[in-house]
Amino acid sequence: MMPGSQWELPPELCCRPMAFVALTGLDVVYNAVHRAIWDAFCANRRADRVPISFKVLPGDHEYPKCRTKRTSYEWYIPKGILKTSWMNKHLNLVPALVVLFYELDWDDPQWKEKQSECATKVEIVRTSLQGRNTKVAVVLIQKKTPLPPGEDLVASERAATLCNSCDLSGKSLFVLPHTDHLVGYIIRLENAFYEHAQTYYYTEIRRVKSHKEFLNKTTHQLLFVRHQFKIAFFSELKQDTQNALKHCKTGFSFLSSFPDICRLCFQHNTPLDAIAQFRKHIDLCKKKIGSSDLAFEHAAWMSKQFHSFGELFDEAIKLGLTAIQTQNPGFYYQQAASYSQDRKQLAQQLCQVMKLQLLLLPLYQPFRKSMSIEPPDAEKEKTGIWTLQIKERDVPQSELIIALLSNAVAQFKKYKCPRMKSHLMVQMGEEYYHAKDYTKALKLLDYVMCDYRTERWWGLLTAILTTALRCAYLMASVKDYIIYCMELLGRASELTEEQKLRIEKNLIKVLMNDIPDPEPECDLSSEGVARSLWNDRMASAGSKLLTIEVQDYIPFIQCKAKFQSPSFHVDQPIQLQVYLRTDCPHPISFNKLAVILSNQEYNQWCVVECAGQESMSLLPGKPKCHNFSFVAKTEDVGKKIEMTGIELMLGSETGRCVFLSWRGAGGDAASTHEALQASRSSRRWGRGMEARRGMDWDSVTMQHSTMVISRVPKMSVKLSHQPPALNNEMYCINITVQSQEEVVAKDVKLTAGLKPGQDANLGQTTHVTLNGSTVCDDTAPALLPDVPIGDLKPGERLERCVYVKCVSTGSRVFLFHVAYSIDSTVEGRQIVCKCHKDETVTIETVVPFEVSVKFVSSKFEPLDRVAVDIPFLLMTDVLSLSPWPLLLASSSLQLLTMNTNTPQLQSQMQEVVLQTDECASECFCLRCPLLANSNNTVATGQYLISWRRKSSRANSPLIQTAVTLPHVILESVPLYIHAELPSYGRVRESLSVRYHIKNRTSLVQEVEMAVEPSDAFMFSGLKQVRLRILPGSEQQMLYNYYPLMAGYQTLPQLNISLPRCLTTNTHSLRRFLPQRIFVKPQGRQLDDASIAAA
Amino acid sequence: MAVCIAVIAKENYPLYIRSLPTQNELKFHYTVHTSLDVVEEKISAVGKSVGDQRELYLGLLYPTEDYKVYGYVTNSKVKFVIVVDSSNTSLRDNEIRSMFRKLHNSFTDVMCNPFHNPGDTIQSKTFDGIVSGMMVPPG
Repeated sequence: MMPGSQWELPPELCCRPMAFVALTGLDVVYNAVHRAIWDAFCANRRADRVPISFKVLPGDHEYPKCRTKRTSYEWYIPKGILKTSWMNKHLNLVPALVVLFYELDWDDPQWKEKQSECATKVEIVRTSLQGRNTKVAVVLIQKKTPLPPGEDLVASERAATLCNSCDLSGKSLFVLPHTDHLVGYIIRLENAFYEHAQTYYYTEIRRVKSHKEFLNKTTHQLLFVRHQFKIAFFSELKQDTQNALKHCKTGFSFLSSFPDICRLCFQHNTPLDAIAQFRKHIDLCKKKIGSSDLAFEHAAWMSKQFHSFGELFDEAIKLGLTAIQTQNPGFYYQQAASYSQDRKQLAQQLCQVMKLQLLLLPLYQPFRKSMSIEPPDAEKEKTGIWTLQIKERDVPQSELIIALLSNAVAQFKKYKCPRMKSHLMVQMGEEYYHAKDYTKALKLLDYVMCDYRTERWWGLLTAILTTALRCAYLMASVKDYIIYCMELLGRASELTEEQKLRIEKNLIKVLMNDIPDPEPECDLSSEGVARSLWNDRMASAGSKLLTIEVQDYIPFIQCKAKFQSPSFHVDQPIQLQVYLRTDCPHPISFNKLAVILSNQEYNQWCVVECAGQESMSLLPGKPKCHNFSFVAKTEDVGKKIEMTGIELMLGSETGRCVFLSWRGAGGDAASTHEALQASRSSRRWGRGMEARRGMDWDSVTMQHSTMVISRVPKMSVKLSHQPPALNNEMYCINITVQSQEEVVAKDVKLTAGLKPGQDANLGQTTHVTLNGSTVCDDTAPALLPDVPIGDLKPGERLERCVYVKCVSTGSRVFLFHVAYSIDSTVEGRQIVCKCHKDETVTIETVVPFEVSVKFVSSKFEPLDRVAVDIPFLLMTDVLSLSPWPLLLASSSLQLLTMNTNTPQLQSQMQEVVLQTDECASECFCLRCPLLANSNNTVATGQYLISWRRKSSRANSPLIQTAVTLPHVILESVPLYIHAELPSYGRVRESLSVRYHIKNRTSLVQEVEMAVEPSDAFMFSGLKQVRLRILPGSEQQMLYNYYPLMAGYQTLPQLNISLPRCLTTNTHSLRRFLPQRIFVKPQGRQLDDASIAAA
Repeated sequence: MAVCIAVIAKENYPLYIRSLPTQNELKFHYTVHTSLDVVEEKISAVGKSVGDQRELYLGLLYPTEDYKVYGYVTNSKVKFVIVVDSSNTSLRDNEIRSMFRKLHNSFTDVMCNPFHNPGDTIQSKTFDGIVSGMMVPPG
């Protein structure tokens, strides 16, 4: 039916369909009688004649063949909605009725022959109509005027036989007398034909309808349409336009899920094609509104189109198609909703017109309209339209619109379009308003209002508020009504001054417990309901108190509050200001202003209430400032005082009391932005001048909290000490406290020590005490709290020493906190102020000295291992690192395994004073006894030093510092040899050297000894000897060395070997022996002359 | 020619909005406001690839049945929106671009005014004139 490429209506669609009746057996060319009959049929076909289209066809005309009907549609897949030729076929080719004209009088002499000829002709027609339900009728053209029925017996008898032979019913046999009244007969014939045609079309409709049950919805979508269309068309031929229209519409509604193409496109994942196809479809249909009276039908249809496409799209998405923000089903639902809204509007308009028409019907002739289906008569058409219009009134328009909108909302939510969503929700709200469901309307509008408010789209906010106000009025919701009024009067509202005046008047009425005037554009019927609701509200005994949280709106009264300062001393009165300003056109009065503070005890000082009849008023645009002040309680020192809210009371007990309540220090949904803009403004340069003239509202900043801080102390705390502190010492810090108060400072307490909040380890390694006479132990705390000092008179001075022992090095912060109380008077009130003065100091702790220890042999050669039972030396060095002189009182050794080699071990350090970088050394001679256990590493013991600062008092305690001595590695020597020789020699003077050789083993040792010759000495004694030494016994060898040269001389080398003990060689033994000796030059006899010469 | 021209602040509130006086002004406000959804989305999509110079012209934001909405975002995230009648098929992309460029230039002039506080609504006769020139003459 649809010529795919272009949209041109085919001629079949443009003409008015009429029943098609074929006339045969008429020779209109050569037979004058036949010509006359034909002319009578054709001529003057005015509207009063039945709508039949006649056609003369030869008796043997071939009618279109009827295809064999299928018995089942199961495997049938339609190729389209309708064959293009179908309409033409039924308009022009397949007749509803074939009429055979035959000249035969009842008294024809050759009746028999004629009768059979006629029967043959009928048979021919029947054959060519095979399979169709087309009716056949026979008209006998007679020359004689017929007698009245019943009188001509021959005629009735012959008619019966003719009917019989032609297989016709009596109703299908007509007689046309060819007389003067031809036209009259023709009209009667026509009407009869028309009836036959109607029956034919009726049966056709029945036939088509009967197919329906064989169809299924999946493959036969198109057949549904086809059948509906066929039925519609047949109805039309039957001149049943009502039915035709109905079926047409059903057809279209089937068709509206038409976008089979679209669906296929989606299935093939080519959404753009689908969209393009749809667009094409829509662009075609958009303009085809049809009858203006039924324009809503078009809108409804368009809506349906969009809706269906949206659904298709959505379905495709569910099957895996991806949609995007700018191309999602939401747009189609939205457009569907938009068309539904149009439909509603049109329907409303038209229905109003209709009402008028009903009234003015006799005066106005019905208008003509152009429909593709031309109705039979205007009257019928009119009723048809009215029926539709009346039906339209019953359509739940709002419900449809809301359903579509909520579909769209769901989509836009999914595709990240919050603003589109809000817009649609506004529309939904408005629709609920139209549907008089005000509660739902307000719920939606309230929900989105906040979005528009935060985005600062005042125009849109005002529009929404206006609708919301209407809802609130119509449902007489007092609180909502007041809220919307307040915001519509506020600075964000874009209403005109006039409208604001009206709203303010209404608001004042509500505050007086009166009924407000109705909002404009509310319909009259609802107004009546609203009025009675308001009456109920007024009369109800319920509470007339209302609290409205205005912070999140932009109310017509602005409020900002601030504490004068972010902190107040406890002996100062706390001051705060509340600024109020109204934006409504008329002054507004209020009866109470209260600031609610975090400590409720102060609230009583921050209330202003009007006395008696006098109420406070705000002038439009003029800021007003209220000052409050109060004295803080001393318990609140160190605490924050916060404003938790501000309340402003409008109205009075006699009417309604409305509390506007702000959280914190006031401000509203728009004030933050305004403050920001004000701070950026170039006008701030001229602000100084402006401030002098009056207050600049935008530059008022809010300060919602203040600290109560203690009174300023008049007390000096001074510290004197000598940093750095030395590790472990009792570090003395001298504190001087002097009062500068004018009255007695009572209850002075000192807290001293490590400032809390530092590294936790410091708490364990710091000890504070007041007692400096002994070294404190680990139980002393890191912080001494609240040491009572007593009272201090004005100007009095006090000193204290605090001793600190730091066990580890590093820096520490020490706190000295002097607290006291003092009597003071603030604004006539006596208060006891607690004051305190803090002093902190950072002190570094360093090590006082460094101790180094080393082991050396008796030859002062460094030792890496110590030979058992052979004396060695322990050397200690104490290096002062202190910037202050140190007094080393004494030192001692605490030996574990070693013995001293000297009978009495005595410290060489007694009361030694070390300056910075000076070093004190000591030397101890030790011997390690033979140990029972085989362990060859042994602990030595500890080196103890008692010390103090040189500068500290004489009675101050000494600090013991213990240094753990290093372990030594022991070694046992099988043979010990040592030489006994004088400390020096002299050239050419013999010196005797005695070697003691001792066997330390439990075996007899054989020793080979040899003395190597030397240039510096001559010697006497055994040059080479082999001897045996018994276990534990000793051999002595005596040599006389005769030095030949002066200076340090290497002694003759002694080679010793133990043939039995190969581990001990000459070298390991030689280390016990002196290597060199100092040889003095040969002495000269001292005489007086030489002395004198010297 | 445009039927509605709007300048939107960085924070998405209107600095300037003008539509044909003959038509429903509120509808255009909604149209401009809803178009910000698309603008935001487009800006955030660009933000992901740092470094490349952003094209200020955003092109067609979305078509409605009756209008076409075009967008443009300055580097300081001030948005320009132009609404054109869908039936106006003679307008090419280039012309829209040049309209935006003109608008941007004029907007820059407004910002250069030392007495203008950025963030306040635009009240400038020159700017008004430029906008008027781009709108369909009413009637």
